[in-house]
Amino acid sequence: MAEHKWTMIVDLDKCTGCNACVVACHAENNVPVASEDEVKRGRGLHWMRIERYWEGEYPDVKARFMPVFCQQCGNAPCEPVCPVYASYHSEQENLNVQVYNRCIGTRYCGNNCPYRVRYFNYRTPEYDAPLEQQLNPDVSYRSAGVMEKCTFCIQRIRRARETANADNRELQDGDVQPACVQVCPSGALVFGDKYDHESRVTNMLPNERQFKLLEHMGTEPAVYYLKGGETDVGD
Amino acid sequence: MLETNAERVPFWEQPLPEDEKLAEQVEHERQEHLMLDALPPSENNALVLARMQQTTRLFWVLVLGLGGITLAFVVTWVIQMQYGIGITGLNRSVMWGPYIANLVYFVGIGHAGTFISAALRMMKLDFRRPIARAAEIVTLFGLATAGLFPFLHVGRLWKIFYMFPIPNQRGLWPNFRSALFWDATAITTYLIGSTMFMFIALLPDLAMARDHTSGLHRRIYRTLAMGWRGTEHEWHNLEVIANILSFVIIPVMFSVHTGVSWNFAMALQPGWHSTIFGPFFIVGALFSGVAAVIIVMIILRKMMGLGYFFREEHFNAMGIFLMLMSMAWVYFYFTEWIVNWYGNLPMEKALQSMLTGDLAPLFYLMLFSNIVVPLGTLWSRRVRTSLPAMLVICIFIQIGMYLERIIIVAGFLSRNELPFNWVNYTPRWPEVVITVGALAFLALMYTVFTRLVPIIPVWEVYEGQAMHTPRRFGRAIFSVRTEQH
Repeated sequence: MAEHKWTMIVDLDKCTGCNACVVACHAENNVPVASEDEVKRGRGLHWMRIERYWEGEYPDVKARFMPVFCQQCGNAPCEPVCPVYASYHSEQENLNVQVYNRCIGTRYCGNNCPYRVRYFNYRTPEYDAPLEQQLNPDVSYRSAGVMEKCTFCIQRIRRARETANADNRELQDGDVQPACVQVCPSGALVFGDKYDHESRVTNMLPNERQFKLLEHMGTEPAVYYLKGGETDVGD
Repeated sequence: MLETNAERVPFWEQPLPEDEKLAEQVEHERQEHLMLDALPPSENNALVLARMQQTTRLFWVLVLGLGGITLAFVVTWVIQMQYGIGITGLNRSVMWGPYIANLVYFVGIGHAGTFISAALRMMKLDFRRPIARAAEIVTLFGLATAGLFPFLHVGRLWKIFYMFPIPNQRGLWPNFRSALFWDATAITTYLIGSTMFMFIALLPDLAMARDHTSGLHRRIYRTLAMGWRGTEHEWHNLEVIANILSFVIIPVMFSVHTGVSWNFAMALQPGWHSTIFGPFFIVGALFSGVAAVIIVMIILRKMMGLGYFFREEHFNAMGIFLMLMSMAWVYFYFTEWIVNWYGNLPMEKALQSMLTGDLAPLFYLMLFSNIVVPLGTLWSRRVRTSLPAMLVICIFIQIGMYLERIIIVAGFLSRNELPFNWVNYTPRWPEVVITVGALAFLALMYTVFTRLVPIIPVWEVYEGQAMHTPRRFGRAIFSVRTEQH
């Protein structure tokens, strides 16, 4: 039995599509920035992305934003297909983790992810000086040929637990904040432990607006979305 | 006066009458059927050995040309290892592309050879005898070429040993739940089984080659023939082993392409997640595999002058089988799409609009090659026995079946559950060079192999000819098969 059930709530009503979470994620997790050319070839690489959908015909157009990142499925399709256990379910954190050193790059997990949140390193990332100085030492640097994906900032979870252990106390709600949650200016992202009865996420759920992405596929995601109302970019 | 039993001769053992018409019929049967057209074994041997030892200029041109393309294949692979999979056109949604389609295609080509040989042996259909080895070698090299593609496909080739069940200090094993692992297991089993099946039947011919060569060749064939002397005991063992292996290899054959199809069917990807994929892939594999065997037979007959062994009856029989496979393929293909269409799920509608949209040229060319061409022509015996026509039809089928795999792998992956991730795929030069290079590699190995081993199982042909005799029943001439025991 896992101690925690890390859960994210995304309030689509509050999301403005500002992409701050995307930038924060790149900085925190050493996510390589794909060149313009690569993006044109459909190789954009973001652990967290804002999906933008247009509704209606011009001029009566509405934009809808949906932040999508690894849903940390309880019944993850990416796990059973990996022939080498590079994609597996960690018992301690109750998350889907990707072991970069074990990954051989069959890319089966990427095909099997209905959310397409797994990214393959098609090239070895390059950083022009002095950008290599800003890499986060807590996160390993991935070479070409391995899959990677959002980890819910597992390095922050572990650090928070170690700090709590050192202080001889239990982890409290708010001790852990992934980079995206930390920077979200409108507070659309809420992160916490669903097994903790006092946490914010537990108090926010169940919510009449809640849904899970592609819930019908039986993947049991750990991310809850709260349905958005009218997000109008006209006028 | 009553005749004694000893004097009574049954009518079918009475000599054929000196009737001119009947003699014509017998002559016709002899020309039609290899089994009735026996040559002395020494002449058979000489014919096959002469073809095996003869290297014309055309042969060397072919070897050099194919070798050059294979070299380009190797160079591309090295470049890919150096710079990563990034040099291909794959993108964040289409993570599997032509490499996996090639894997399916080459396993498919390799599918038919051993199956034809083993299934026809099981059913005691003697027309298989001369074509058995040519077909088995297609299997052997088809599978060997297919076996390269997992290595070409992975991102970190130098770590691929993680996939093999090697005992290690950390107790880390491959994931036995992964379809990829079982696919690799089935292909390896089939490759080993097919090699054994081919090699067992090759022994008497290797011994024959040993007895008719000298010097280094003789030493090599002597080693390979493993001391075959041709005693009755050895022939009996050969028969038993070949029979056992042909029964064993057929279920393995089914497991191979079912395993390949499960890589797709077990995934959540729309267009892949289909229960019909197992039998559908097997039929598709036999379809393209039989067509590949026919292409090889035509080339062998033309280039090695094997008209005595590969006759119209063989092309006719293979053509009928090809047509049956075409019908079965059509049935499975449309069953799948009709179920999709009836289900009317949004994702599957997106796939259907893709087939008639972005993929329309490929889709219609595939339908034309796989349905219109074979079903429109193969019903006619004149087409089935005409070599140029058969060559064109079989090449169309190769194109059609290749496109089918490309559409399933790279085409369907470009549409998935969230429309934000719809990215189309266009191949770049490495995929093209690797695909063409793999075909050249297969052809090169086959070409070289025809000069190393007797491509016709001479002993099987002779054995069949010894068992068959023309007999007369009333006014008709039949070929009668005598069992050995």
